[in-house]
Amino acid sequence: MSEQAADNILELTNLTKRFGPNGAGKTTLFNNVTGLFQPTSGRVVFDGRDITGSKPHQVARWGIARTFQNIRLFDYMSCLDNVRVGRHVRMKAKVWDSLFKLPRERREEERVSEEAMELLRFVGIGKQANQYARNLPYGQQRRLEIARALATDPKLLLLDEPAAGFTPQEKVELMQLVKKILGRGITVFLIEHDMKVVMGISERIVVLDHGEKIAEGSPDEVRKDVRVIEAYLGKSA
Amino acid sequence: MSRAVFTRFHLRERIRDRDAAVYGILLIAALLFPIIDIYATGGTADVSQATRAGYFVLLAIGLNVVVGFAGLLDLGYAAFFAIGAYTYALLASPQLASSPAHHAVHINFWILIFVSMFAAGAAGAILGFPTLRLRGDYLAIVTLGFGEIVPQLFYNFDQWTGGINAVGIIDQPHLPFWIQGPWSGDGPFQIVSNFNFNGDPLAFYVLIVILTGIAVVLVSNLYRSRLGRAWMAIREDEVAAAAMGINTVTTKLLAFGIGASFSGFAGAFYAADVSLVSPDNFLFIVSITVLVMVVLGGMGNISGVIIGALVLYFLVFYLIPGLPENAKNLANSVGLGSLNSKSGDWPGLAEEIGRLNFIIYGAILVGMMLLRPQGILPSRVREQELKHAAVQEEEAVVELTHAS
Repeated sequence: MSEQAADNILELTNLTKRFGPNGAGKTTLFNNVTGLFQPTSGRVVFDGRDITGSKPHQVARWGIARTFQNIRLFDYMSCLDNVRVGRHVRMKAKVWDSLFKLPRERREEERVSEEAMELLRFVGIGKQANQYARNLPYGQQRRLEIARALATDPKLLLLDEPAAGFTPQEKVELMQLVKKILGRGITVFLIEHDMKVVMGISERIVVLDHGEKIAEGSPDEVRKDVRVIEAYLGKSA
Repeated sequence: MSRAVFTRFHLRERIRDRDAAVYGILLIAALLFPIIDIYATGGTADVSQATRAGYFVLLAIGLNVVVGFAGLLDLGYAAFFAIGAYTYALLASPQLASSPAHHAVHINFWILIFVSMFAAGAAGAILGFPTLRLRGDYLAIVTLGFGEIVPQLFYNFDQWTGGINAVGIIDQPHLPFWIQGPWSGDGPFQIVSNFNFNGDPLAFYVLIVILTGIAVVLVSNLYRSRLGRAWMAIREDEVAAAAMGINTVTTKLLAFGIGASFSGFAGAFYAADVSLVSPDNFLFIVSITVLVMVVLGGMGNISGVIIGALVLYFLVFYLIPGLPENAKNLANSVGLGSLNSKSGDWPGLAEEIGRLNFIIYGAILVGMMLLRPQGILPSRVREQELKHAAVQEEEAVVELTHAS
């Protein structure tokens, strides 16, 4: 299992809320937070609200969006539609509105399409709007997934190894994108192995090992932490 | 590069143009068909056939919402058709007078059409509620069971439904006014008030064309809406859809309910037109025929599904039943008339072809799927999926040959 790996680094930036005392592993923690699986113990508190055991769609409504470790896009929908699906939770159109294309539904559709285009441009794939998601190259698929998550208007964005399989150059570009997202006032919570990536943009870092938190603090503090070094490099003596 | 982007942008436009062209042709054909047909044959038998094809078009459009948009395989779709038809039949015929209610009910067609839609839609939601947690094959099996149970219920609640005796003498629709003219053999052009359909094939035909047109507009609207995208998202990846804030349970229920209500709509119309509703009209074969129409026409693409329904209807209810007679006449006219007479084990050409009906039907279906696996007029999605599958297969073959 992935959480047994010694390089489990959990990173938090701007994150003010605390998660339950026993985060299991990296992705498991994400799955618990986003309601995909119920945590066996502990509570998930977000924005002062206990969201333990909420359904995934409710979690999205509260303002938590995520990406997946193994990209999960809607393959046979256009990029624009992918992002518009992300907007779903903030749209008001009911069945009747859509059925009869009422003016307010029309206006909402127009607005949402524009917003979606803007998000595609924001992550840098505006030109691919009408392509199928699955026809995008790998790096752009990761970006599209981020755009889709941003479309839900999250307060907290969970990125599950967004730089996996990236070249150093792509990683730099991704980190620029993350900074831009932070600039929008969105809290980003990302899972990452690459120390360089992590150290560069984080305000707070949490290190997990075997599902347990072994360190938490600023990048400098974490860098010097004995247990982190042990976990990363193995016990020397 | 910019050129590539350019053509891609236009692909979408072209697809929309194709749909517009198909709808245009269908509309013109629907308008011209009765005129030409009545002029050529002097009767309205073919117009009645076309009206029946119309129910199947409606059914296929409804099933396409469930199967094509939301990706939920429904093998019991005829059950909702039955519920719609029986709702109309019971509430607009003398049937209930001989039931424990002892009182015949005659409600207006136009009200009942909505009641039937609602009844079928509610049945869809009720079926969906406990079963939509199931996925893929499991869901298909449960819907299959539902499709078997419903006709049995109508069959066995014979106190109310008349069981095997069927419900007959069903009321005809009324309209406050109607236009008559030489085309319907009623003398000069005139506007009649308080028009009773009374089995008039042309009137039913006009009505079903209009209703189908409305259905197409409504479903196209849904397809390009928040709900339509949610359906497709669930079809593509349920987990990701839920993470994007889509309530997968209610969204799937809506697909089931809306799909079923189209079926109920078609059912009410069917009951009014044929004026006789029996449990045998809604067996498994009806569900399968509609499903084949959807798959063959091009899953997920409304115009394709309409074409599929028309082609298959023509095949199943017109071409194949007429085959023995046509073969006999053909044999006579080319001088092989001896084939038509019985001799020994040979039952005569017409009889022999009649026995081969299902083999011919099956062979045509297999042939069509081989020639156009994506359907007659596929959605862009299916086209792409099959292309990708083919490419992957090729790549796998190439890898294998390299490895060996």
